[in-house]
Amino acid sequence: MADFAIRVENIGKRYQIGGTAVKYRTLRDSMSESFKKPFQHTERKDRESDFWALRGVSFDVKQGSVLGVIGRNGAGKSTLLKILARVTEPTEGSAHIKGRVGSLLEVGTGFHPELTGRENIYLNGAILGMHRGEITQKFDEIVAFAEVEQFIDTPVKRYSSGMYLRLAFAVAAHLEPEILVVDEVLAVGDAEFQRKCLGKMGDVARQGRTVMFVSHNMSAILRLTEESLVIQKGALVMRAPSAEAVSYYLTSGFSQEGQKYWLEEDVPADAAPFKPIAIRILNSACTVNETMRSTEKNFVEIEYDLAQPIAGLRVGLYLNTSLGEVVFTSFDTDEPQKFEQLATRPAGHYISRCTIPGDILNEGRYILGVNASSYRVKRYFQDEQALTFSVDSTGAPGKQWPEPRLGPVRPRLDWSIETV
Amino acid sequence: MSITTPEPNQMAVPAHEVRTVVIKPSKGMGSLNLGDLWTYRELIGFMTWRDVIVRYKQTFLGVAWAILRPFLSMVVFTIFFGNLAQVPSDGIPYPIFSYTALLPWELFSKALSDASRSLVQNSNMITKIFFPRMILPLASVIAGLVDFAIAFVVLIGMMMYYHIAPTSNTIYLPLFILLALITSFGTGLWLSAANVAYRDVNYVLPFLTQMWMFITPIVYPTSMVPEQWQVIYSLNPMAGVVNGFRWALLGTEPPAQTLWISVGVAIILFISGLFYFKKMERQFADLV
Repeated sequence: MADFAIRVENIGKRYQIGGTAVKYRTLRDSMSESFKKPFQHTERKDRESDFWALRGVSFDVKQGSVLGVIGRNGAGKSTLLKILARVTEPTEGSAHIKGRVGSLLEVGTGFHPELTGRENIYLNGAILGMHRGEITQKFDEIVAFAEVEQFIDTPVKRYSSGMYLRLAFAVAAHLEPEILVVDEVLAVGDAEFQRKCLGKMGDVARQGRTVMFVSHNMSAILRLTEESLVIQKGALVMRAPSAEAVSYYLTSGFSQEGQKYWLEEDVPADAAPFKPIAIRILNSACTVNETMRSTEKNFVEIEYDLAQPIAGLRVGLYLNTSLGEVVFTSFDTDEPQKFEQLATRPAGHYISRCTIPGDILNEGRYILGVNASSYRVKRYFQDEQALTFSVDSTGAPGKQWPEPRLGPVRPRLDWSIETV
Repeated sequence: MSITTPEPNQMAVPAHEVRTVVIKPSKGMGSLNLGDLWTYRELIGFMTWRDVIVRYKQTFLGVAWAILRPFLSMVVFTIFFGNLAQVPSDGIPYPIFSYTALLPWELFSKALSDASRSLVQNSNMITKIFFPRMILPLASVIAGLVDFAIAFVVLIGMMMYYHIAPTSNTIYLPLFILLALITSFGTGLWLSAANVAYRDVNYVLPFLTQMWMFITPIVYPTSMVPEQWQVIYSLNPMAGVVNGFRWALLGTEPPAQTLWISVGVAIILFISGLFYFKKMERQFADLV
């Protein structure tokens, strides 16, 4: 295994799901359990409450390569990284890891709010496994990278969240481990900082270190990795050159995400007679999908029941970026003509479907909110964070330049270039 | 989790120490893996330092608390036990008699309660980063030494005030400090690991320290304990510590043979704590 940095063999991780009883056992529970079966110490059988977050995963990573890991939320990516980072122990299987693993699973862990930036750099560096000399040597570089020179002797609890994050990332990025594991750090921070982070990761890879990169940002995966793993429901379903893996991931609507069903308890009693059922995102092939391809048209469906007719009802969407900026608000009866037709909406089971045309949204994470109301009469139902989704901008205008484009929209506009 | 460092036949990899880590489910007791602790020795220092400087941040009296806690206890004990209840104090002025005992007791009880809560309080680190978890309770215990040193200065002042010259046995004092640290670390290992799974520990802890204080000769001298109970009494390592402190500093009766019982119990607590902690460690990230 001379040139392998990571070799994972048949790894699996079992969790118990169910009530809080599993998470916080009380002493009494354990005692009564051990009285029931005092001498049993056999290999545990799978119970119904067992859940394999990861099972039968095997792969290896060559030294100096950059491997992408893609999959839906809850597919097991984070569990895999946690096992590789030795945070949690696998239930079965084994992994061989050559060298120090630096994880950017959650940057800023171990930061203490009362300590200054300077103190936290040393503390966090040590937690990540750096030696004092190493930290001192890189101190100026870290501070410059994080752009916090002025505030280096201020307690980090006074930092803005952006400064905090930059400092945290800077420490982790200067760890220079043999293996770097990166999980979704790029979801945060402004565009300029994201660019810096991607640049730093590229540097790490060029120095012959091994990088495992988990992201929902398909353009970043395509730009930074040669090969990717696709993980689905705890199993490794594909290992392929990244372009192939990404396209598989984006086209297979294999997930339950991309839609939300409201439970009884989510709906306040005063919503009646409006009863929301579900909201979902459909791609152009009409399959439920958590990721929209920005170049294609997509649909948002709101499904609901009306127990009684409602006069002047409008059902609509708020689209916000993950940073909370509003992109647009739109209702199903915005067209005056439609509004007149449905002046009173009869009782029944409905789906209001909104078409989001292609080439409108920029890549990123978005939040959909739902509102059902009669203007100036009553707001029946509102869920400001009904669903989050990603937009993948592969193939969008201007993708020949690997730079992030600011702003939530990325329209395909007509340009003419004339000599005058 | 078990880690094996291969024999140096794999030295093909250049530069500094590149070691292969094998990650697999650990079975049975496993080894203690103290090698990891050595690799992360600098972190022990950093965490201790963090605990020390964070302790009195945003307090008005700051580090004065290190002195006030034992000092105020001493004042209360002197009034109620020394003056009102007339508890004997082996012929030593009651304030210094109790303060000499309160010093190691405060060290012990603070270290114990900090260590027991250390894992739960740092749960975000445990669920995200690998490092030897034992560092957390260990740093809490070591950090207690700083408070101890500050409070010790007051003792020197009191000894001058009461014209008590330290005996030559003072050189043995570090051994008794070590005994207190081992006892609190051993107990802290048990309680911190148990606390991850059972938050009952948080409720047991104040009660436990209070009871423990009653069975430690702080407000009364060991000589008050009947002869036939002395052996059982010395099962409490802190009894050995407090008697040792009084002997080394104030020149009371030298520790009896029963001191070795205290030492033995402390070592048993410490070693069993290490193994229990190691056994529980693998589940910390999933349970905490």
